[in-house]
Amino acid sequence: MTRFRPSDERELVDVVAAAAAGEEPLEIVAGGSKRGLGRPLQTPHTLDVSAFAGIRSYEPEELVLTAGAATPMAEIEAALDKAGQMLAFEPPDWRALLDSGDASPTLGGVLACNLAGPRRIKQGAARDHFLGFRGVSGRGEAFKAGGRVVKNVTGYDLCKLLAGSYGTLAVLTEVTLKVLPRAEDTRSILIRGLDDATAQRAMGAALNSAHEVSGAAHLPRGESGRDKPLTVLRLEGPEPSVAARATALTAELAAFGVIEEARGAHSVRLWRGLRDVEPFAEFGDRAVWRVSTPPTSGPALATAIAQKFDARHFFDWGGGLVWLAVAGAKDGGAAAIRAALNASGGHATLVRGAPALRAAVPVFQPQPPALAALTRRVKESFDPKRVLNRGRMYPDL
Amino acid sequence: MRMPTPDAAVIARRAEIAAALRRIVPGEGVIVSEDERRVYESDGLTAYRQPPLLAVLPSTTEQVAQVLRYCHEHGVKVVPRGAGTSLSGGALPLADGIILGLAKFNRILDVDFANRCAVVQPGVTNLGITHAVQHAGFFYAPDPSSQIACTIGGNVAENSGGVHCLKYGVTTNNVLGIEMVLINGEVVRLGGKHLDAEGYDLLGVMTGSEGLLGVVTEVTVRILKKPATARALLVGFPSNESAGNCVAAIIGAGIIPGGMEMMDKPAIHAAEDFVHVGYPLDVEALLIVELDGPSAEVDHLIQRVEQIARAHQSVSLRISNSEEERLAFWAGRKAAFPAVGRISPDYYCVDGTIPRKRLPDVLTHMRALSQKHGLRVANVFHAGDGNLHPLILYDANNTGELERAEEFGADILRFCVEVGGVLTGEHGVGVEKRDLMPAMFDEVDLNQQQRLKCAFDPAGLLNPGKVFPQLHRCAELGRMHIHRGQVAFPDLPRF
Repeated sequence: MTRFRPSDERELVDVVAAAAAGEEPLEIVAGGSKRGLGRPLQTPHTLDVSAFAGIRSYEPEELVLTAGAATPMAEIEAALDKAGQMLAFEPPDWRALLDSGDASPTLGGVLACNLAGPRRIKQGAARDHFLGFRGVSGRGEAFKAGGRVVKNVTGYDLCKLLAGSYGTLAVLTEVTLKVLPRAEDTRSILIRGLDDATAQRAMGAALNSAHEVSGAAHLPRGESGRDKPLTVLRLEGPEPSVAARATALTAELAAFGVIEEARGAHSVRLWRGLRDVEPFAEFGDRAVWRVSTPPTSGPALATAIAQKFDARHFFDWGGGLVWLAVAGAKDGGAAAIRAALNASGGHATLVRGAPALRAAVPVFQPQPPALAALTRRVKESFDPKRVLNRGRMYPDL
Repeated sequence: MRMPTPDAAVIARRAEIAAALRRIVPGEGVIVSEDERRVYESDGLTAYRQPPLLAVLPSTTEQVAQVLRYCHEHGVKVVPRGAGTSLSGGALPLADGIILGLAKFNRILDVDFANRCAVVQPGVTNLGITHAVQHAGFFYAPDPSSQIACTIGGNVAENSGGVHCLKYGVTTNNVLGIEMVLINGEVVRLGGKHLDAEGYDLLGVMTGSEGLLGVVTEVTVRILKKPATARALLVGFPSNESAGNCVAAIIGAGIIPGGMEMMDKPAIHAAEDFVHVGYPLDVEALLIVELDGPSAEVDHLIQRVEQIARAHQSVSLRISNSEEERLAFWAGRKAAFPAVGRISPDYYCVDGTIPRKRLPDVLTHMRALSQKHGLRVANVFHAGDGNLHPLILYDANNTGELERAEEFGADILRFCVEVGGVLTGEHGVGVEKRDLMPAMFDEVDLNQQQRLKCAFDPAGLLNPGKVFPQLHRCAELGRMHIHRGQVAFPDLPRF
């Protein structure tokens, strides 16, 4: 077991080229906050890329930021905050969920996992803000793709491919992102007491309005921290706009029951908790699943799983994101969850589970044969010897 | 522009290939006669013309799969085509390749308001999607100026933008899923009515792949509720610098307008002479800033943008107070291309993106290039996202002028890259900018892109001659070169 810590791109190229020549896989690590995400690795070597850190350029008026891939998220967020801007895809901090302590999440890790929070429904995921990168392929070749401007169709969009590839295609060294102004004001509308199906309809009505709702979540009884379910809708923007939309939306949703408001810091805290999956952080022994499905299918899926297992759940993305915490199932609920998805469409990722469970059941949604074969060819086009994070996503990848 | 040398043996088999394809797509779906083939000889980049070997117009996914399987097995090249509005020659035919036209895929399959999406066939026009959902107050956001004609399948291939993409994103941010057929005839579904992919984001790669990776046979798009209101400002400036600074200040103030367009003096004059909507003629630059969204927000932000504009030496400023007035502000901008077409026998539309702050430098440099090449240029500019559309005026009847216009365009794009921008913001590389790719990407970069192509299309049959200046065999690209004679870790120092 060797830990390599290249200090520049040339040394990184040497390490990856040697790994390819010897066909000895590497686990790519920077902050290490997501080592427990994906299938457990059994690589002989670790590639520590934390030297590729630091903000290289940030011009708020261009809405573009370039940084080393291993730059800690805390540093990125502090710089953006100072200029009144943000990463609009609301990257979550899963350290409590993944029990990764005070490990430091990095920008490259967020991109490699294509993370996104509640604002995904309005502003997209990490993929939608990833403009360009430099990296080293599994062939041990340094290359670049994309650019440093927000509108670009020159060549294939390799940023999309790298986002969500969990480090299995290339080692990112430098990344460029689109950033956006932070909203001046935020306010949440709260409805109490709705069952899942009714809550989904309420969220749908809000998202189908012209009020630019930027978050729509529902916590069933128990998960809400109270004895009544809680539905939360978020409005962001200039203060007069937020106030006017809150009034209008409250009126439009009056039929769904008593409506309260959470303002300012209270609203911010509420959404941070949802973003970071706080309701499930304490259930350390449960398998936690992140299920993406058409929003109207969310409630039925959650019901189907609850009938089979001791399962807790809550909804984000207007019902399209179902968080499940399953106990008492040998496979963590994998078979049942994926059977339910066969009917509704979508995919389930085992975000938290003991290493043995993550080795035994597919962590990522299994793909039909033609797509799995294409995925494998894509992997080999970047990393023919499969040395980068081998097995992190699929056993043979 | 050199295209790959046509394979005479394939051309000689035209009748045989037509007969085989007729067994898959019966009746009039296979087009062989010279007159009818000529219909497909070019796309929106009309300077290049080449009738295809033949054209085939399937109407089902199964037919597309069989056609591609046949072409794969018999080594026949394939150029997919939607409405043929590409401005970069993406659908330019090959003498030894078939045109695979998706025009018959023109049905809206499913409008799902509850999940805010629509499932459509690729031959549906961009505007056709909005037409199918607007009765319920919804719209499809990306709005390329050819939206009345261009198809969603073509939009996916080119990752099309439009004037509202700073706020609403381009095609890739608004497509949820596709069904596609690989060159070997396999049908693959990517995404759906849910968000994000379970594995690699191949949907993201397909979007903007210019017909080189697969043929899209179904598209699921996100639809949005129409904003409650939209209002625009029309602001004149004494210099491009002051207009550029105003754009930066608006964004610096945290405002993301629905649209933010800039025109330079030649473009303002051409547009005003054409549509007579009252554009000021004594300004150097004109900015249209449109704010859309909830009424309270729009009214609030209009005031702030007005303050910013006045602080940046605006010399004329109008705010729309009615829908009619807002549309009038846009009329000149939307008619800019035909307006320029009126003052010149031909024009060549260039498409590059720059960091916004470099706009004054780029426009100054463009004036110098205009003198060097002896051709006039008018500029329209998606100012919000730095996407330039210089329109180079020329006369194709004058020997050598087309070539000079192209050289002028190439000089502009090289300068875009030099100042930190890119070769194309929304029109695609196609054949037009293919040979400029090395200005932006080195050989390693381009080879990696082509290896991805090999994963989809190892024989290189899909739309060859586009995007990449040099074609390499996949076997050659796949070879691993031993790095500086190293074999494995023992030779390496531990860091």
